[in-house]
Order: sequence, then structure tokens, then C-alpha cells
Amino acid sequence: MKAPTTLLRFASALVLAAALGACASIPPGAGSNPVDPWEVYNRHMFDLNDRVDRVTLKPVAQAYEAIVPEPLRICVNNAFRNLGEPVNAINNLLQLKPSEAMTDLSRFFWNSTAGGLGCFDLAAMAGAPRSNEDFGQTLGVWGFAPGPYFVLPLLGPSSVRDASGRLFDFLGTDPVWYIGNIALRNSLVGFRFVDTRASLLPAEKVLAAAALDRYLFVRDAYLQLRRNLVYDGNPPRLKDPDEDDETAPADGGPKAGGPAAGRPAADQPPAAAPR
Amino acid sequence: MSFRTLVTPFALAVLLGGAVAHGPAARAQGTASAALTAPDALVKSLSEDVLASIRKDPSLQSGDIARLNALVDEKILPYVNFEKMTRLAVGRSWRDASPEQRQALTREFRALLVRTYAGAVSAAKDYQVRMQPFRADPAAEADVTVRTQAVPARGEPIQLDYRLEKTGAGWKIYDVNVLGVWLVENYRNTFTGEISRGGIDGLIKSLVDRNRALESKAS
Repeated sequence: MKAPTTLLRFASALVLAAALGACASIPPGAGSNPVDPWEVYNRHMFDLNDRVDRVTLKPVAQAYEAIVPEPLRICVNNAFRNLGEPVNAINNLLQLKPSEAMTDLSRFFWNSTAGGLGCFDLAAMAGAPRSNEDFGQTLGVWGFAPGPYFVLPLLGPSSVRDASGRLFDFLGTDPVWYIGNIALRNSLVGFRFVDTRASLLPAEKVLAAAALDRYLFVRDAYLQLRRNLVYDGNPPRLKDPDEDDETAPADGGPKAGGPAAGRPAADQPPAAAPR
Repeated sequence: MSFRTLVTPFALAVLLGGAVAHGPAARAQGTASAALTAPDALVKSLSEDVLASIRKDPSLQSGDIARLNALVDEKILPYVNFEKMTRLAVGRSWRDASPEQRQALTREFRALLVRTYAGAVSAAKDYQVRMQPFRADPAAEADVTVRTQAVPARGEPIQLDYRLEKTGAGWKIYDVNVLGVWLVENYRNTFTGEISRGGIDGLIKSLVDRNRALESKAS
């Protein structure tokens, strides 16, 4: 019964936050960019997420950062990301990268045991770096375009493809959801949100300085970043719109089994991206 | 699964400035030899030089804008084409801009990038540069990508790539990429939007206002 109450409380915080603030400012011409036909909705949701975050997750993450010493926070972060190894492994397999999938599994095995339930990333020290895969990327490798940019409630930036991918990872391969004890499972899910949010705190300040329009900055960064991940850090170059005929770079992701650019060479460590 | 996808866009921002300021730190060689420096060697020495400067200068680490600007002028400017960076970010409207407007855009964009970097520079000191295999042939090509990684003391390396163009004065950096996000491309839509609403002067004003706001916050 505890979970529904928490959920209810969270929902009311959300409604409150929505009611408190003015609406997001929508610039004229919103939605005219083909990558973002739902810009009007997206801007409102982005704004709402921000408001909700400011009264819920962010203060908790700040308190967590202030109270818990750094080595312990790193340990927690490693442990949560260790739980993501099955997701990495399955998606590497689905992308026909069996050796990466094997690495993910052996990382999971060694870090879960000798690494103290994932607290220490021993495997990385031994030269087996963590990969960063999910089903959204797998769909990209299979040739699915990202589709419209889509800001998810509470979860933030996504696309139609990546949101579907998330759902798959979430329901299918996230080990946390296989924990039978509901209270433990929900606590872990909540804790993981706090851990992730805390790791974003330093970046947030820089984002605030860099962006003239935070929404656009985050959107365009998200789309570039995901494209980079689909190509494992080595996407083919887009045409420079500087040279006359600029068509919006409609990114279709790599063709399945397509050009070599879609696969990193073996000597090239995968791009590491904090999750 | 949680916020995984959200994390990365934010994390990139942390290093965004980093990339810019890492720009070229090639040692002050004679001009003749500078013109011949291979693009990957240039990126390497420039990154190492800038990081070394940051490590030994506490006022840089605290984000002192005057010091940072001096560093940019002295070490980075000779190897970065800020004008091209700005031109690409502005896109096709650049053609309609007067020389004064172009100058103002370049100046303000640069100021914004330096201010952004000021917020991240204290973190930058803990990183080392690791060069990635360089595949282009700088003798045959006039436009190359140099791939590097920023490796922190703890944690995972961060992809950091540079685009360079061969000019009469040697190779010059005109775009940087953090975790796959190219700086120029990330500003392009914002700039286009500003210009469609308020013209080129509107974009200049937005940049000036943002820089002023950041300035007053810092002091």
C-alpha cells in the first residue's frame, strides 16, 4: 500500500508545480523543425519537468550530495550502473556485437562478486570498459530513425524510437524490476533516481550558462548524442548547411548492415558517456 | 534505466567549455614550423599546454574571467578560427550580415564560450588527454577530424573531438565535439530562431544580454 501513497503524493506535487508556474514561452514558428513537430507540447513538458524537479528530486539530490561523502556516492553510482550490465549485454547481442556482450557479462560477474556488488569497477581497471547500450540504440542500429523528439513526463528528453526502447529495457531487461520484494524494489528505483540526479548537478550550472534557449540546447544535444551512441562514437559526418543547399539533416540512423562507419573498429574504445 | 538518457546531455555541457578552451595549445614554435604542425600533434600539444596552465594557476581554476581570456588570447586564439565557428553556427544568414555585425557576433559568441568554460575549468584540471588513432592524411586533406578522449582521474573517459581546417597560417580548429555533440551544430537552431525573430541584430543583442547577465552573476 505504500507505493500507491507515494505515487499519489508525487502526483500532487506535480499538479502543484504545474499550477504554480506560468506556462512555458512558446516562440513563433515552434514545431516547424522536422525533427520536432511536437515542439509546443515538448516545451510545456520540459518546463513542467523543470518545475517538478525543482521542488522534488533536485533538493533531495542536493541533500544527498551534501551529506554522503564522495567515495560512497561513487560506490553507489557504480553499483547502480553495474545493474545496467544485463541491458548492455542483451543490446550488444541484438546489435550483433557478441564480444562486447561477453565483456558486459564478465564485467557484471566480476564487479558483482569481487567488486563488492558493483561498488568497485574492477573490470574497468583491468581494461574492460563499460559499454553504453540500450534498446533505443539497438533500434537505431536496425535502421529505425529517431522519429519526432519527445519530452517524456518526468523522465525528460527522448524520441519516439528511444521512448519505445526505454519501455523495452525497463520491462524486459532491467534487473531491478525482477526483485520480488516490492518495498526493496521501489526503494532501489527511487534511490537510483536520486543517484542519477545528483550526478547531473555539476553539469546543470554549465548548461545554464551555455544555452540561450535551454530547451533547444538540450534537445539538439540529445539528438546529436543519441546519434553518436547509435554509431558507437563514430557517426558519419552530416553535410554542412554552410554550403548552400541545406536540407535539414534528417537522420535515419545507420542502415542495418550498412557502411563500416556504423561499427567502431576493434582498436577503438567505445565512447564513454556517463548515464 | 531511470534517467540514463537525460544524464548525458547534461554531462556534455560540463565539458562543453572544456573542449573550447582546450583548443589548441601548441607551444609557441616559430611561425614557420607552426604552419607545418600536423593537426593531431597540434591538438595534443595545445590540450596539454592548456591543461598544464590550468593546473598551475589557481585563479584560472576558480574561473577568473580576465585570466581565462588572457589564456585564450595567448594560447588558444592562434589555433582556433572563431570566425568560422561563428559563421557555421549562424548559417546562411551570415551572408546578409555586415562586417560590423560579423565582428560583433564573433566577439560575443567567443565571450559566451569563454564564460561557459569558466564554470567548468575547475573540473578540467583533473583530466588527461588521450589521443585516439588519427586516420586522415593531413597532406592530402584540407579538413580533418582529430579524435581524443579526456580521461579523468576516476571514472570514464569522455569523447572529445576537433575539426580542423588547413589555412595559410597552419591548421585551425573550428568545431569541437563533446560526447558526440558538436558545438556548432548545437547552437545552430538557437541562432536561426533568434535571427528569424529579431534579425541579426536580435541575435547579437541576445548574446550581449546573456554575457552581461553572466558577468553580473560572476561579480
